[in-house]
Amino acid sequence: MSVYAGGMTSSGWTDELARARLHVVTGKGGTGKTTLAAALAIALASGQGRRVLLIEVEGRQGIAQLFDRPPLPYAEQRIASAPGGGEVCALAVDAEAALLEYLAMFYNLGFAGRTLKRMGAIEFATTLAPGLRDVLFTGKIKERVGATDENGRHRYDAIVLDAPPTGRIVKFLDVTKAMVDLAKVGPIKGQSEGVAKLMHSGDTAVHLVTLLEEMPVRETLDAVVELDTADLRPGAVFVNRVQPDRLPEGAVDAAADGRIDQAEIGAELKKAGLTLTEDNLSELVYETIDHATRVQAERRSRIKLAEADLPALELPELTDGVDVAALYELAEALVAQGVRRAR
Amino acid sequence: MTRPATVDIDRLLDDPETRVIVCCGSGGVGKTTTAAALAVRAAERGRTTVVLTIDPARRLAQSLGLRELGNQPKPVHVNGFEPAGELSAMMLDMRRTFDDMVQSTAGPGRAEQILANPFYKTISTSFSGTQEYMAMEKLGQLAATGRWDLIVVDTPPSRSALDFLDAPQRLSTVLDGRIIRLLSAPARAGGLGIRKIVGAGFGLFAKAVSTIIGGQLLQDASAFVQAFDSMFGGFRQRAAATYTMLRSPGTAFLVVAAPEPDALREASYFVDRLAADGMPLAGLVVNRTHPVLATVAPAKAVATAEELERTGKGELAAAMLRLHADRVAVATREKRLLARFTKAHPGVAVVGVPALPTDVHDLDGLREISMRLAGA
Repeated sequence: MSVYAGGMTSSGWTDELARARLHVVTGKGGTGKTTLAAALAIALASGQGRRVLLIEVEGRQGIAQLFDRPPLPYAEQRIASAPGGGEVCALAVDAEAALLEYLAMFYNLGFAGRTLKRMGAIEFATTLAPGLRDVLFTGKIKERVGATDENGRHRYDAIVLDAPPTGRIVKFLDVTKAMVDLAKVGPIKGQSEGVAKLMHSGDTAVHLVTLLEEMPVRETLDAVVELDTADLRPGAVFVNRVQPDRLPEGAVDAAADGRIDQAEIGAELKKAGLTLTEDNLSELVYETIDHATRVQAERRSRIKLAEADLPALELPELTDGVDVAALYELAEALVAQGVRRAR
Repeated sequence: MTRPATVDIDRLLDDPETRVIVCCGSGGVGKTTTAAALAVRAAERGRTTVVLTIDPARRLAQSLGLRELGNQPKPVHVNGFEPAGELSAMMLDMRRTFDDMVQSTAGPGRAEQILANPFYKTISTSFSGTQEYMAMEKLGQLAATGRWDLIVVDTPPSRSALDFLDAPQRLSTVLDGRIIRLLSAPARAGGLGIRKIVGAGFGLFAKAVSTIIGGQLLQDASAFVQAFDSMFGGFRQRAAATYTMLRSPGTAFLVVAAPEPDALREASYFVDRLAADGMPLAGLVVNRTHPVLATVAPAKAVATAEELERTGKGELAAAMLRLHADRVAVATREKRLLARFTKAHPGVAVVGVPALPTDVHDLDGLREISMRLAGA
């Protein structure tokens, strides 16, 4: 991966991150959060007997689409196997279903619950108290993190959450704090305390996905400050879609300024057996200027990103797009950069 | 393969019948930038234009001379920008728009009562559809002034791209009060019809909900809905009027996407939804495409690069050829994704906007985008 490594100050997966049980993956919209979350789940599940649960909460069915599956039901199911014999399960948490689950658990509301659902009363309750949805989501996540098998061992070695975007992440993770005033008694209150404890503990790491572009980097830095302020733990920065540095060292600035000797390039190409018209040659030069300008912007972004002072991992741009095979490729790239779950 | 028609942006902007342009699409695809660039171009082409942005990035806002949330449009004064028409810009202040609406719809005494209700604060700032609803309300207000002959609107970065069409309806359901009355006073609600269906379970449900979300909140909500009742008709009417305007021929929807599967999938949903609601769709804007400029077959480019690398001469030339091959691969993928969209929606005109190598942060950048939009 050496071609992608230029300029990043800190890097690599830390022992602390290897010990985390809940990996929250956030990022600005369009940075590839869901893809990264899926690849991270596969990477953490690598190894004999490993089991990782990948959770999504926003009803987009992004995981199902990514793995080329029909929409996920509100139940865990095995979605992929990981290298070395591990497995990844997936769960799409639905607010209504989670609320009905609570009601059934605490109030024995089976049939009436379903009728209320048809009436829209549940949609109503979840929109009436903003944050109730998030309370249900985080409650369910906490419950899964703590789930054990018949031997009393954790059911999952790690949970990866495809979380809401950076703009909402602190509000989402800390929603239980906001609910303190609303729910003074009852099941939600007990649950809330447990959720807050988990989110603020060393068991949880909040990873940020970014691109080497100005706005995503800005949002990443803002989110790190916000997380720190809320006493939540930023994990690693995942720099997604890093393009290979094609230009020779030192040629970038000159090329970005348009200082490319077109005649010389033309002659060299001709010698190597490729004769181009002047027009075609200038288009080639223009493509190079465009690329060099972007490389410069990426370098500025890298320097800026170093301000976050977090472990940074890079993932290559996949020109063919992301399919299931590509997820394994990305997972491999993560493992190569040290991603693992401590035994 | 069918080639889609191209969106003729200049014709759309120049047509005096075009009164409203709505830019919609999923988050992170450059909707706000597209809206701003369209407004800049429209003003330069002589229209009296206002652009309504929702939560723009700081530097984009600055490029329009917007420094803070102002709930009224401000003329854009930037050095070197002297459009033939006019350009004003504003950022939506959701809370203030809601306050204004309450004040103008309810009588003075009643308005204060509503604004002071704790539940109002929740609804006006945190309800998941409020931003969408207020964007549409503000659009209605701007249109009602008659001050602008073209309004360009950005839409909120919703969880689902469809939220802004549904938000008024959803908010209406919450404020309608039937369910809330049932919840807060199930014994007295008189909604026998519903209670009969749900039976004894309802009392339990009401209890459960009030336990979960808190009895006080429910009481506040109930008081709020009662105070709101009188102006509810007015609310509905306004939402309905805006909806009707959106469906009128003076409105043009541009669905904005990036050449990525997720964004195009959202765009597909959106196109279907607009069609189902009878909303006038002008086309699809695909931001940040990477068209190939030079005509060199990628295989030939790579072979020549290898030859150059073998001889150890022409390092830069070899790199340029590899870059070109990368670019062809990217462009091929983008074309394939777009072809898939066009196959599903053959009637939708498309315009691709080639990526700028850096982010837009001034008016020149917006102008550059607007030229790429117009294919100029």
